[in-house]
Amino acid sequence: MPIHIIDRRLNPGGKSLENRQRFLRRAKSLVQGAVKKTSQERDIKDVLEGGEVTIPLDGMHEPRFRREGGTRDMVLPGNKKFVEGDYLQRQGQGSAKDSGPGEGDSEDAFRFVLSRDEFVDLFLDDLELPDLAKRKIAQTESEGIQRAGYTTSGSPANISVSRTVKLALARRIALRRPRKEEVEELEAEIAACTDEDERAELVARLEKLIAKTKRIPFIDPLDIRYRRYEKVPRPVAQAVMFCLMDVSGSMSEHMKDLAKRFYMLLYVFLKRRYKHVEIVFIRHTDRAEEVDEQTFFYGPASGGTLVSSALQAMHEIVRERFNPSDWNIYAAQASDGDNSYSDGELTGLLLTEKILPVCQFFAYLEVGESGGSAFDLSDSSLWTLYERLRNSGAPLSMRKVSERSEIFPVFHDLFQRRDTAQEKAAP
Amino acid sequence: MTERLFEGADWDFQTLQRITDACEEVALKHLGLDVYPNQIEVITAEQMLDAYSSVGMPLFYKHWSFGKHFAFHEASYRKGLMGLAYEIVINSSPCISYLMEENTATMQTLVIAHAAFGHNHFFKNNYLFKQWTDAEGILDYLDFAKNYVMQCEERYGRIEVERTLDAAHALMSHGIDRYPGKKKLDLRAEEKRAGRRRQHEEEVFNDLWRTVPTGKSKSRSTLSIERRRKLLGLPQENLLYFLEKSAPRLAPWQRELLRIVRHIAQYFYPQSQTKVMNEGTATYVHYRIMTRLHQQGRITDGNFLEFLGSHTNVVFQPEFDDQRFSGFNPYALGFAMMQDIERIVTNPEDEDREWFPDIAGQGDVMGVLRDVWANYRDESFIGQFLSPKLMRHFRMFHLHDDPEERAGIRVDAIHDERGFRRVRRELARQHDVGFIDANIEVVDVDLSGDRRLILHHHVIKGSQLNETDAKRVLQHLADLWTYDVALIEVDANDKVLREYVVSPRPIPAAVA
Repeated sequence: MPIHIIDRRLNPGGKSLENRQRFLRRAKSLVQGAVKKTSQERDIKDVLEGGEVTIPLDGMHEPRFRREGGTRDMVLPGNKKFVEGDYLQRQGQGSAKDSGPGEGDSEDAFRFVLSRDEFVDLFLDDLELPDLAKRKIAQTESEGIQRAGYTTSGSPANISVSRTVKLALARRIALRRPRKEEVEELEAEIAACTDEDERAELVARLEKLIAKTKRIPFIDPLDIRYRRYEKVPRPVAQAVMFCLMDVSGSMSEHMKDLAKRFYMLLYVFLKRRYKHVEIVFIRHTDRAEEVDEQTFFYGPASGGTLVSSALQAMHEIVRERFNPSDWNIYAAQASDGDNSYSDGELTGLLLTEKILPVCQFFAYLEVGESGGSAFDLSDSSLWTLYERLRNSGAPLSMRKVSERSEIFPVFHDLFQRRDTAQEKAAP
Repeated sequence: MTERLFEGADWDFQTLQRITDACEEVALKHLGLDVYPNQIEVITAEQMLDAYSSVGMPLFYKHWSFGKHFAFHEASYRKGLMGLAYEIVINSSPCISYLMEENTATMQTLVIAHAAFGHNHFFKNNYLFKQWTDAEGILDYLDFAKNYVMQCEERYGRIEVERTLDAAHALMSHGIDRYPGKKKLDLRAEEKRAGRRRQHEEEVFNDLWRTVPTGKSKSRSTLSIERRRKLLGLPQENLLYFLEKSAPRLAPWQRELLRIVRHIAQYFYPQSQTKVMNEGTATYVHYRIMTRLHQQGRITDGNFLEFLGSHTNVVFQPEFDDQRFSGFNPYALGFAMMQDIERIVTNPEDEDREWFPDIAGQGDVMGVLRDVWANYRDESFIGQFLSPKLMRHFRMFHLHDDPEERAGIRVDAIHDERGFRRVRRELARQHDVGFIDANIEVVDVDLSGDRRLILHHHVIKGSQLNETDAKRVLQHLADLWTYDVALIEVDANDKVLREYVVSPRPIPAAVA
């Protein structure tokens, strides 16, 4: 009997991928909830690593008719001391009691591992930059490939067989290349022919035919066509995000930590979801400077507070590099809300006159001490100022954060996909 | 001295070929087994996980529940909570065995002997498999099912198809014919039939006919209840079959999906009834083959010890008070019983002569075993061949747990003269599928009234349905039936214990 031994190891893997995606799609809201919950407890860097989530099994339950209760009989192995007629206490004999045979799977929560991509996608799924439709479409930043007819040169991989054969056929017909049948017919005629002269004539014709066949090839290099591809520019909306962070002395380590977490999240979100978003980092004490990512997140700094300096810096950068008619401009500011008294008016003026008119969206995050109940009592000077501006209709969104675990919800809240441009009511 | 099959733990494909040839020689010549042609496939751990999630089959239609199982298995495998099986074997012709690439040469030998000869012989010869499964057609049928589901998704939308399959899956355990029907299942013909039917539908489709007025249909209320029930084939315990044939508003493709799920459930039905026998047979066969190969000097002592190590793990039976205990291990019980039969046939004691007069001392071990393997299922096998000696060996005892009984759980019988028969009967019952699954059947449809479908659950020993699950399953049932469904739980005296009534959910999109 022949035995087939087959090596399947090289077969493409991921046979269950499709089913897995279906499962994730179906469990999306559950998984998304779980992802958000998980990410609150984690470091931002870990969030990007994906990992295990637990969802309640309930929503994904596959029901069956199951029987339960009633009188039960069971045969078990390993009797040591029982004799017929003994009674066993229900509580004491744990294992004999609860582990009756044939109990189905009864996990009440379902744990499984999400890959990095799945995790981040779900995490960022319902977020977007608001109002990103603006203005002039940017120069050719991205190129797509598109089929565009045929060409006479190209790489062998792109040969269009059908087109090549078609042209070859047309050429053969046009040049009257003898068909195989004609040659065969003639040969048969020769074989059947008895007359010597006629035969000689036929042979000559046959030779001519064969010579002509050789002269006109079946496929000529002239016939070969390649599929042509063309690069087409894809319009891309340009956007820039300004990250303004207060690093003054009044910001405690905790507050800085909160602010940095927020920006880290913003950074991840933008990098992942938008290929063409510029990010400008500005940090300020009583003076502002544009810094790189590394310094922004890790560089130490301290000093007094002048919020207007940051806004001024942003305004200058916009004027120099980002023409508001070409760019969608966003800004996110984090601060403890303290500002020197004299600076309030200037800040307000800068915002209303220079910054807000060019911004699509301005998010303000006020960080506070942990357990900051007093923090809610009196609004900080910056908060009061911004609130006034918002009430007068500026595209401004503001949230307060005092605990690490609040970062994720607030972030979600700020960048949630909105159906209308209308800003949801802030607290 | 014969040549060794392999040295150490490494193997390559020549080694596998040699191993298979050697196993085949022992299996066919020495043990007299009768097997389907073998096909052996080497796979990776990931592929094994894939196979796990599609109930062990190499191809299956797509459904989210398989993805869920995959995610679950993958998570527990990664955490080391779960080991993977050494092999998976499929009841098909040729009989396909999947071997894990991680296995050592000894393990591959064990697995080939176990799956490619042990299980294979059982699949080919056991009466249940002969009656209910079509080994030649199954792979083609699964291929057809996969494509059919895919086409349905294209034509009618993924959500619609998913809804139907969800409902069908919920009823899968009640989509089985338990008694032999008119004819054997022929899966290849099934596949052709479905194609023909669809083609016919397309050919004769004429939208005009819809608008032709029809005469008044004859009133059905004149039919007597008996006649009506007979026309509908009631009572019917195969719920999926009933829906497929009688549900008033299902589209043809939905009926075909129900049919597919039903056929697949039927295909697996014998496996659930023969776990102990199937594993017992395979374990006994691998044990005999390995021992024989060792005797012939084709396996070294070291490799044989490795084999004994894993063999012992496989047939380990924890006792009831052990943490690891989770019911009887079918490998342990099956293997012990096969060996016990061997002992009774060759070397019986007086007790055995009294209990098993037909086979005690009969001499032809393989003859007796082959007969047993062919003609029994777990319930009848244990009911007839569990010997007192084995009951003593396992120290079996029977507990009777009546919630009404204040004193606790009663020890009803133990492994003594008075208890042997009762213990054996009870263990046999535990392996009777008819006894484990809830006994639910369609008893009536109120066709003249509100078309309510009426089901009965015959409650045995006071064990009723889990409420939340029952409601959900009934919801699926009602969605397919499209009218109200009532499930009545009755006890042996026809006393109504509980009644569920479920109405179908509105269908969001019109079904073609």
